[in-house]
Amino acid sequence: MPLLKSLFGNKPPEPEPEPEPEPPPQTSLLDRLKLGIRKTRAGLMEAIDDTIHGKKQIDADLLEELEYALISADIGVKTSTEVLERIRQRVDRKLVNDSAELKGLIREHLLEVLQGADRPMQRAAEPPTVILMVGVNGVGKTTTIGKLANHFKSSGHSVLLCAADTFRAAAIEQLEVWGNRTQIEVIRQQQGSDPSAVLFDALNAAKARKFGYVIVDTAGRLHTKANLMLELEKMRRTAQRVIPDAPHEVLLVMDATTGQNGLEQARKFTESSGVTGIVLTKLDGTAKGGVVVAIARELALPIRFVGVGEQLDDLLPFDPEKFVFSLFE
Amino acid sequence: MFENLSEKLQRALKSLRGEGKLTAENMEAGLREIRVALLEADVHFKVVKQLIDGIKEKALGQEVLTALSPGQQVVKILRDEMVKILGTHQSKLRMANEPPTVIFMVGLQGSGKTTSTAKLAKWLVKNGRTPVLVSVDVYRPAARQQLAVLARDLKIPVFAGPEGENRPLELARGARREAMQTGRDTVMVDTAGRLHIDDELMAELSELKDALTPAEILFVADAMTGQDAVKSADEFHKRLGITGIVLTKMDGDARGGAALSIRQVTGQPLKFVGTGEKPDALEPFHPERVVSRILGMGDVLSLIEKVEENIDQKKAEEMQRKLLEDDFTLSDFRDQLTQLRKIGSLESLMEMMPKVGIFKELQKQKVDEKELTRVVAIIDSMTPRERANHMIINGSRRRRIAKGSGTTVQDVNNLLKQYGEARKMMKSISGGLMGMGAGGGKLGAMLGKRMGKFKMPPFPGKW
Repeated sequence: MPLLKSLFGNKPPEPEPEPEPEPPPQTSLLDRLKLGIRKTRAGLMEAIDDTIHGKKQIDADLLEELEYALISADIGVKTSTEVLERIRQRVDRKLVNDSAELKGLIREHLLEVLQGADRPMQRAAEPPTVILMVGVNGVGKTTTIGKLANHFKSSGHSVLLCAADTFRAAAIEQLEVWGNRTQIEVIRQQQGSDPSAVLFDALNAAKARKFGYVIVDTAGRLHTKANLMLELEKMRRTAQRVIPDAPHEVLLVMDATTGQNGLEQARKFTESSGVTGIVLTKLDGTAKGGVVVAIARELALPIRFVGVGEQLDDLLPFDPEKFVFSLFE
Repeated sequence: MFENLSEKLQRALKSLRGEGKLTAENMEAGLREIRVALLEADVHFKVVKQLIDGIKEKALGQEVLTALSPGQQVVKILRDEMVKILGTHQSKLRMANEPPTVIFMVGLQGSGKTTSTAKLAKWLVKNGRTPVLVSVDVYRPAARQQLAVLARDLKIPVFAGPEGENRPLELARGARREAMQTGRDTVMVDTAGRLHIDDELMAELSELKDALTPAEILFVADAMTGQDAVKSADEFHKRLGITGIVLTKMDGDARGGAALSIRQVTGQPLKFVGTGEKPDALEPFHPERVVSRILGMGDVLSLIEKVEENIDQKKAEEMQRKLLEDDFTLSDFRDQLTQLRKIGSLESLMEMMPKVGIFKELQKQKVDEKELTRVVAIIDSMTPRERANHMIINGSRRRRIAKGSGTTVQDVNNLLKQYGEARKMMKSISGGLMGMGAGGGKLGAMLGKRMGKFKMPPFPGKW
């Protein structure tokens, strides 16, 4: 890549844009989660509150509006219908009289779905624990990796990053900036090199030097591209050659703005790379990311973390109870 | 994977066959299916409601046509309504009276602004314009480098700004100055991704807009966006007055219902569609095609256009003559495969097919691009005489060919068998298509080849 070399050789590295916003207040995890998904709540719960406060009686109109509230959170027609069906039955049997009870019922059901999929993060018996990050283009994989690395590091683990997105222009540099910010080493090769080769190097290094975690960045790829999905399968096999039970976690990074296509993404990535969990990013916007409920319901994939901003510590472990609680407070 | 909506409607409206008129009652099941299909395609629920009401109004009391089944009839009304929302014409880019024309690319994080900027720049060059690019994304690590690398590959100048310059406004101004000095007629400004509720960053955009008075502010939106599309698009439009929409990642299997929502809430036209990661994977927007896609009916028009764009006319005509005269040799077969590869990946082609009938079956099979390479390798390992007349390829020749192409005799046998079948198939198809005029014939021939090739399961096992 003489072209790239000359480009990066002649140019001094991008001056690192220092995050200058006010220091994040020391607040409890719950508060931060609430803060992060404030808008989520505002959307969904406002809609439900509006419908409930406006009407005392539970009638077809109210149920329809509730359904729209759920759908507008991207929870999906199927899951929404299921929730509503349950309520409808109870209403028919006169088990629910008060529209305020509806909230509790919806919460209960969503919680049930999310908890049903929950399971603890896998860790290697013998370090390193290898975490493969996958996802479609533009969901925030690299940013999430920076934050995730910081998360492990600040809880006392040694972390190694692996720049296996060798496809997108400047992806390696982007990961390196995060490496600098977090003071974490990045194993890299040239743009355009074989991602499996980078992975092989990184895992060997991590094994030899006994790192606690290796987090592997991969190129964003649409789940419909068979060749690129095969590449992920190859990366899995490569990882297994170095560390037989690797990767220990395969995290699918998903943008909270994603609609119903998220389900198909989860399905296809699970088929090819054995996804073990979801990281839901960009929850600091107005998008609700409700499609993860559908994913938990249909594929039993747990949500591991949520991204709520662009700062290093804007990644929070996902807790179904707190999540639903924050939604329904 | 997605069931065609009209198939679903067919079932839902089957009972209508005997009835003379569409009524609220007999349409209800069908409308429910439409509603679910649109919501699953991520069309905003309010837009869905409008559409359903529109259909009800239009369809009520209509005679059940004999030519169309009731399902088709309702789908037709729905299609027309959706096309109406999306606008019937594809839009052009607005250019400033006084050069340079400034174009802003704005949107949420990860929607594909930088990639789209590069693609659009390439498109502009193809259309005789001389763009200069500038990234004012001073926030995301290596964002400016990303644009620089893409532009470098396309040989399009990028304004990098003076050493250490980190102010978006200064960068954008500098780019415009540079365009004026170097006589370039378009400045494309790649802005940082931002949340529509981020007041500070949205204010930054307004400031940029005031200073540079862009002729176009293109809102770049991900085709996979769900219900939230309405909120972000609305906010961007309110604060900036966007002038057009670029819908990205349409090469995936998202239905792209967000297109309808964004168009509806902003009233601004969709101008381009991103269909891949390569710099030329950008197409002008065609409402009918996106509607077909949202309804799960395939995008045959785009396919035809792609085929026409990439197929050598003369060669195609020559090929057709050969087919008719039964003169279609293995080297022609190879040429055809090579031409086919120029059109795009097999996957992207298959994605455009309607998800019905034979195509549905084909789409289920994993298409292996390497298969084509191997077929070409096998043919390359033949002598000219063998290519001209496959009948002379006996056992020992087959062994030699297999050795030469790094395959097995079985593979060579397979190829020859497929070639034979393809010949037969093409003959019948091209015969039937001759009446359709050159375009249809060509496409027919291409598709014929396709089907001929795929009629049998793709090479089993090791292929």
